[in-house]
Amino acid sequence: MYVAVKGGEKAIANAHKLLAKDRRGDTALPALTLEQIAEQLYLSISRVMAEGSLYDSSLAALAIKQSRGDLIEAIFLLRAYRTTLPRFGYSKPLDTAKMKLRRRISAIYKDLPGGQMLGPTFDYTQRLLDFTLAANEEPSQPDIQTAQIEDDEDKPESTPRVTEMLANDGLMEPDATIDEHHKVGDLTREPLEFPANRDLRLQNLARGDEGFLLALGYSTQRGYGRTHPFAGEIRLGEVEVELYVEELGFDVPLGEITLTECQMINQFAGSSKAPPQFTRGYGLVPGQAERKAMAMALVDRSLRWQELGEDASAPAQDEEFVLSHSDNVQATGFVEHLKLPHYVDFQAELDLIRQLRENWFDQNTPAEDAAQEAAS
Amino acid sequence: MSTSPKNTQSFNEHYNFAYLDEQTKRMIRRAILKGIAIPGYQVPFASREMPMPYGWGTGGVQLTAAVIGDKDILKVIDQGSDDTTNAVALRDFFKQTTGVSTTTSTKEATLIQTRHRIPEAPLNGDQVLIYQVPIPEPLRFLEPRETETRKMHALEEYGLMHVKLYEDIAHFGHISTTYAYPVMVNSRYVMDPSPIPKFDNPKMHQMPALQLFGAGREKRIYAIPPYTDVVSLDFEDHPFTPQEFSEPCALCAAENVYLDEVILDDKGSRMFVCSDSDYCEGRRAQGHKGHMAADPVHSNELSEA
Amino acid sequence: MTVSTLLKTAPKAGFENPVLEAQAVFRALMNAQAKPGTLQSLADIKLSPPAPLNKAATAIILCLCDYDTPIWLDDKLANSPEVASYIRFHCNAPITQHRHEAAFAFISEPEKLATLEGFAIGTGEYPDRSTTVVLCQKSLNHAQSVQLQGPGIQTSQSFAPSCVPAFFWRQIQENHQFYPLGIDVLFAADEQIAALPRSTKVIIEEQ
Repeated sequence: MYVAVKGGEKAIANAHKLLAKDRRGDTALPALTLEQIAEQLYLSISRVMAEGSLYDSSLAALAIKQSRGDLIEAIFLLRAYRTTLPRFGYSKPLDTAKMKLRRRISAIYKDLPGGQMLGPTFDYTQRLLDFTLAANEEPSQPDIQTAQIEDDEDKPESTPRVTEMLANDGLMEPDATIDEHHKVGDLTREPLEFPANRDLRLQNLARGDEGFLLALGYSTQRGYGRTHPFAGEIRLGEVEVELYVEELGFDVPLGEITLTECQMINQFAGSSKAPPQFTRGYGLVPGQAERKAMAMALVDRSLRWQELGEDASAPAQDEEFVLSHSDNVQATGFVEHLKLPHYVDFQAELDLIRQLRENWFDQNTPAEDAAQEAAS
Repeated sequence: MSTSPKNTQSFNEHYNFAYLDEQTKRMIRRAILKGIAIPGYQVPFASREMPMPYGWGTGGVQLTAAVIGDKDILKVIDQGSDDTTNAVALRDFFKQTTGVSTTTSTKEATLIQTRHRIPEAPLNGDQVLIYQVPIPEPLRFLEPRETETRKMHALEEYGLMHVKLYEDIAHFGHISTTYAYPVMVNSRYVMDPSPIPKFDNPKMHQMPALQLFGAGREKRIYAIPPYTDVVSLDFEDHPFTPQEFSEPCALCAAENVYLDEVILDDKGSRMFVCSDSDYCEGRRAQGHKGHMAADPVHSNELSEA
Repeated sequence: MTVSTLLKTAPKAGFENPVLEAQAVFRALMNAQAKPGTLQSLADIKLSPPAPLNKAATAIILCLCDYDTPIWLDDKLANSPEVASYIRFHCNAPITQHRHEAAFAFISEPEKLATLEGFAIGTGEYPDRSTTVVLCQKSLNHAQSVQLQGPGIQTSQSFAPSCVPAFFWRQIQENHQFYPLGIDVLFAADEQIAALPRSTKVIIEEQ
C-alpha cells in the first residue's frame, strides 16, 4: 500500500527555521551588527553593492548577514529588493576627473601630473597571515601624507586622466563620443538585444560576476584574443552624484559615491578601420573593486574587435557569449534550479532510455551470440 | 482538493499588490497583449529580478503577478502536483502578496501557474494557464545565438529543426525528444511548449483556455490564444505519438493520464501513480480505486470504473 | 492662482483604486485580445474621462500607457488641452506627431481618419514593435457586422463596431496579409471594449 507524501508546507517552514538557527550560530557569541559588517568587510559590501546594482552599504550589510556571507546570495537579495524601488530619474553623467582621490596609480608613467597615490591597497603587502588581527589588536594610524608618493601642495580641483595626456599627443584614440540622439541604454528596463552598443555592454559588465570577468580577462592575457594591455590608470575615490531637476531648473547634488575606475591602454597596430594608436578598455565599478574594474576593462577592450576591425576568435570577444553569461544571479538560479523536482521529464526520459536499450539489444545481441558461437 | 479563503490578514503592507510595481506590470501587460496577437512569437520583455531565483519560475510569477486580481482563485502546480516544494513556495508568495484565494482544484481555479505539466481535467474558456519556461527558444540547442534564431523565426526557416528530428529517426527509428517537444503554432511559429512531457502536447491544440508562457531569466513572454492550432512537429511517415502507459494509476486506476514512477524498495519493485495529484485525489474521492491504494473500503464495484 | 481656478485647470482624476482597477481593465483587454470580436465590459470601472475621450479609451490609457509608450492622437484629441494635460499628468507618456513612432494611437473620430497606413507594423525579427490603434466607438452593436475567424475564435465570431471609416475593412484585411507583422486594433465604446488583433481574418458579408 502506498500513500503519497504530503505536508510540504510544514517541511518548508521547518527548513527556514533550521536556516535561521545555523545563520545565528553559537548564541554564546554576540551577533554581528550591520555596522560591523559595513565597516570591517567593506570589500564584500563593495562587491554586493556593485553586482547587486544598489548603492547602499547598510542594505548590503543586511544582505550579507542574511546570506551568511554568501555574496552571490547577498547580491540576489539586493537585486530583488532593488526591483521594488521606484525610479525618480536619471543622474547627470559622473565626472571621474573630479574624483576626490584616495588612490591613483599608473603603470605606464613613473611620474605624472596629479602624482601616484598608493592608498589603501593589498598591493605590496606580504601575504602572511597576520596573527595580531586574531588577537584583535588595533592598527597604528596611517600618515595620510606619505601614502602619496609625490605630494602636490596646491591640489587642483580635478586630476587629468592619463588617457587624456596621451590623446593630446594623438597617440591615443579619442574619448568615445555618443551620438546626441542616442538614448543611453538600460538593460534593467529593456531586454538586452544583440548586437549591443558599448553603453549596454559596459552596464552588463559592471553588473557582471567578478569571477567570470576575471577568468575572461585572464584568458585574453594568455592569448585568447590578446589585447596587449597596460594599466594606464586606476583610481579610487569619491564622486558627487547630481540630478537635474526640471521643476527647479538646476542640478541638485544627491551625495557622494565611491568608485573604482580603470583605464586599460592597449597597443594597436592599426587596421583598415583605424590607424595605429593606443586603444583602451574601460572599467568602472561602484565601491572599491580594483580586480573587477581591471578585468572589466580587459573584456570591454576585447569586445570592441568589430569597431576596430580586428579578427575575432576568442571567447572574450564573443559578445553574445560574454553578455549572456556574465550575470551571476541568472547563472546561479539556473544552475541551482536543477535541484527542483524533474519527475515528469525524468519519467519521459526513463521510457525513452528503456526503449532505446531494447532496440539496441535487439540489434546487437544476435551478433554477440554469433561471436560466442564462433569462439566456442 | 482544498480551497483556502482569501487571506487579508497576511497582506504585506511593505510591497505592492502582487509584489511588482505598477510600471512593471504595465510593461508585462503590454507584452502579454502583443504575445496574444502573435501566437507563438516570443516577445522580449524587461524581466525583473524577483524574490525567487531565476530558473525557479520567475517568468511565470511575473505573468501571474501582472494578470492576477483580487477576485481570482489561484492554483500553483509543479510536476502536476500542488504539494511539491516549489509549488508550495510560489503559492505562499502570492497568498502573502495578494491575499487572493488559492485552491488545489483545477476546476475551481481561475488562474493556474504550472511547471512541466498541463492538468488532466480539461480547462475552460474562463481560465488562464500560465507556464514557467526555462529556455523559450525551441531552436536554441540547434543554434545557440539569439541573432541567428531570431532570423530563422523571421524567415520561417525551420529546416534545421526538421533535420534534427529526422536525424533522430535515422538513428533511433523514432524522434527521441520526450519533453519540451516543439510545436507549430497557428501555422507560423515553431514554439517551445516548456518542458511538459510530449504526452501533454495534444492538450494545447484548440484549448478553450488562454495559455501564457513566461521565461524570466531569458526575458521572453509568449502566448497561445484559446482555440488555436498547436501541432507537434512530425513527418508523414513518422507521425507524432505521445507517451503511453501500459498500466493504470495504482491509486485511482485512471487510464490515459500521465504517470510518475515511484520506486518502492531496492529490489526493483515500483508502481505508477498520477502525476496530477488533484486529479488523482478527485477520482479517489469519487470512489475509484487502484490496485495499490490504501483504505480498501469500496473494493469491487468500482474497480472497473 | 486661486484654489478654484487651480481645480478647474487640474486634470480629472484617474482610477479610484489604481492597482485593482488597472488590473480589471487589463483583464478585460486580455480577454478581448484573446477572444477577438467579443465584447468585454468595463461597467465596474468608475472614471471621468477628459473630453473628447470616452471612458473605455481613457481606461486603456491609464492601464497601458506610460513614459515608455509614445502616443499618437487624431486631430480632435491633439487639439484638446484637457486630453494632453490628462495624459501628461497621469502617465507621462510622450505625445508624438509621427505615426510610426507610436506605441499607441488614439482616434476619437474614426470616420474622419484618412488611412490606417503609416503606423508601425514591426519588423520580421521584432513583429511586436508595432502600433496598437484604439478607435473610439459609439457602440459595438451596429446593424452591419463582419465575421471574424482565427486564433481565439472557435468557429466564427460576428463583430459590429459602429464607427469605422469606409476603407477600414479593406485595410484591415491587408493588415492581416502582412501577418505576423501588422497593427492590432482595440475598439473602445463607453462601457465596452473589443479587439481585432492582426492574427484575425475578417470576412465581409455580402449585403
